[in-house]
Amino acid sequence: MASVCFYFQVHQPPRLRHYTIFDTDDNYFDDFKNAQICRKVASKCYMPSNLLLLDLIKKYKGRFKISYSVTGILLEQLELYAPEVLTLFQELASTGCVEFLAETYYHSLSFLYSQEEFIEQIETHKQTIQRLFGQTPRVFRNTELIYNNALAALIDQIGGFDVIITEGADHILGYKSPNFVYRPPNSKLKLILKNYRLSDDIAFRFSERNWSEWPLKAGKFASWVNAVNGCGFVVNLFMDYETFGEHQWEDTGIFNFLQHLPEEILKYPDNDFKTPSEVAAAFDAVDVIDVPYTVSWADIERDISAWLGNPMQENALTELYRLEANVKNTNNKNIIADWRKLQASDHFYYMCTKYFADGDVHRYFNPYDSPYDSYVNFMNVLDNLNSRCCRALLQKEQQPPGIPARQCLSS
Amino acid sequence: MKTFMLGWEFPPFISGGLGTACYGLTKAMDRLGIQITLVLPKTSDISFGSDVKMLSAEGHIKTEEVSEFKNVSFCVIASHLRPYVACDAHKACQKEKKSSHIRSWHSGCTEQLENYGWDMYEQIHRYAAKAAEIATVEDFDIIHAHDWMTYPAGIAVAKVSRKPLLVHVHSTEFDRSGEHINQMIYGIERQGMDAAIKVIAVSNYTRNIIIHRYGIQSEKVEVIYNGVERNSSVPLHTLPDKTEKIVLFLGRITMQKGPEYFLAAAKKVLEKIKNVKFVMAGDGDMLHRSIELAAQMGIGHKVLFTRFLRGSDVDRIYQMADMYVMPSVSEPFGIAPLEALQHHVPVLISKQSGVAETLKHVLKVDFWDINEMTNKIVAVLKYPALHKTLCNNGHFETYRFRWEDAAQRVNKIYEETLASA
Repeated sequence: MASVCFYFQVHQPPRLRHYTIFDTDDNYFDDFKNAQICRKVASKCYMPSNLLLLDLIKKYKGRFKISYSVTGILLEQLELYAPEVLTLFQELASTGCVEFLAETYYHSLSFLYSQEEFIEQIETHKQTIQRLFGQTPRVFRNTELIYNNALAALIDQIGGFDVIITEGADHILGYKSPNFVYRPPNSKLKLILKNYRLSDDIAFRFSERNWSEWPLKAGKFASWVNAVNGCGFVVNLFMDYETFGEHQWEDTGIFNFLQHLPEEILKYPDNDFKTPSEVAAAFDAVDVIDVPYTVSWADIERDISAWLGNPMQENALTELYRLEANVKNTNNKNIIADWRKLQASDHFYYMCTKYFADGDVHRYFNPYDSPYDSYVNFMNVLDNLNSRCCRALLQKEQQPPGIPARQCLSS
Repeated sequence: MKTFMLGWEFPPFISGGLGTACYGLTKAMDRLGIQITLVLPKTSDISFGSDVKMLSAEGHIKTEEVSEFKNVSFCVIASHLRPYVACDAHKACQKEKKSSHIRSWHSGCTEQLENYGWDMYEQIHRYAAKAAEIATVEDFDIIHAHDWMTYPAGIAVAKVSRKPLLVHVHSTEFDRSGEHINQMIYGIERQGMDAAIKVIAVSNYTRNIIIHRYGIQSEKVEVIYNGVERNSSVPLHTLPDKTEKIVLFLGRITMQKGPEYFLAAAKKVLEKIKNVKFVMAGDGDMLHRSIELAAQMGIGHKVLFTRFLRGSDVDRIYQMADMYVMPSVSEPFGIAPLEALQHHVPVLISKQSGVAETLKHVLKVDFWDINEMTNKIVAVLKYPALHKTLCNNGHFETYRFRWEDAAQRVNKIYEETLASA
């Protein structure tokens, strides 16, 4: 019995505009560029993929299932720039074959820096998903599948979740296979781990001509999935939604592949599709997975070095979260919203110097020519936010106490 | 492989990057086992230093380097030719000096040059004639001429010896003079590039200029990046205590290097940060104007001029600097930023330079974009994390620039040229 569990990550960051030390206004974000990119991705990826998947779900009458995690900041952008995509997501939700997961609303690294903020962002995201799609998520994924034992403990503490999904990295699995359900130490939560080999076959290798398996046809892939039968229960295919149309362009045949995949997989009577919740319900945890050091699904290392690999990133993140108390004290919703949008992990991803010599996935949609430019830009913005905060707090102190309602003149 | 190399300047008597490049390349080629006869112009009052044996011969001085250069023999031609001196300066000198009779160049080694005419054109052709003379008694396979002053000599030697000519373009008239080029120099450059079998450019930036502004075929032009000398044992100097950050400009103070942009940015930086000083290390035709400009802008007390620095002073100033800025208007390559990075100094360079096309761990800016220049300088001075990351990664990056690699590529071009001849 091999159940295919599809999970698609849907996210676009709020990119900063060019902000120098001479800039003093509080328009930090490049609305024009963000709108442009959002619309472009919507037309190349979200629209065609949503339509295709909706079609497939209807065609297979409940046998084809998928799951999404859509970030809060993308949902805001879709409302503004591509509402038709949002409508399609809602249609998908109403099929009953699509599960929406919870994550931090702002796609942030708050888990690593501020527990309070982390919890608040999850709550906000849950409420948004409930409001838009009528589902209350019971499956959690942290930003970029960042995970360790402490995360499991925290999720247990917060409550309301049954499952966490994360990366099936070799260094946490060892000899174990990602094709089973696991659990964290001392917890009743279930852990579903990405099968990175099969996932990356679609997400990365699909169009590489010098790959030994190119071209990848749906039939071939289905046979690999079927090979799991007898040594696994689930095949967890987790990837960026933009695989379909952006990372892999339409002319690679990716949509064709997706279109035929359910049919090919369902040809094997032992296989089916399950959402993460269904996977957790169907299978017991076979073992504990101990993850004392943080993993993620990023780069070859599958750790957090993509966001915390150099002094600039560390400094930027530390300074950002140092402002938390002040920002929240201002009670100014614009300041708070801006501060939160600055938490998007992408800002720090752009500062990564790891593979700067080669152009690679880090450079895709990277608005900066160099990681140093991104750091300078970010810190200039942060500096301005800090000043705004201080001014706002000062104003708050200096305001006279409000006149209580009873003493108003009218009565 | 034996090469007849025509150079301009050589350490320790250098005034710019050309001498440094010549030295680095020659040393590396020497290590590869290539035999080099290096011909240099020299004014009479300069001597080479203790480890060079001077042997005299008719009309020119031949020296043999004993220690560092095993396969290199130096030939020096007495000449007034100095690199980087603009044509007008030569003309101005000519007006001043009264030129008397021209002494025959077959006289003995101690030539008196004061009596020579300062006409540059004449000097170049005299150099060429002498070089051709030397060529008749030397044995070599190929000719390698560095920058425009040596091209007529290269052409002359090629004619006399019937060996192929390679020209090495370290800079073009467009780099040095912007759009107000000297037509004669442009003519000489073009003639040299046309006559050569192969043209070596120090960057793609320069290669593009050669192809588009000199009309040379693209197949003829190769790019070989300069290297940087490895100073594995630079002593850490005891430096004076400093309370202020130092932003360094090190290079010739001339239009090409953008000193006025440096000063304009300095003024803006000082409006944001108080405890910083700007140091301009170098000499050049814009030195006095720069001093005046700094005073005019009201930042004279924050800008220090050291004049030309040599030897350990260069190391010292790099060790004191918190940042190195190269706002060049047009830089064919730019070895100085690499030297700065070697000394663990973060670097901001102009995008209009050869080295910008290949360096990754540096900050880059358009030379005219004063605001962005200021933005980046302030960021480096304000954020230690940025300073540290740029230093570490930038330093590591300099290991890519090895003279050994350049020498290998030069040798390969030599072999290809000779094979097809």
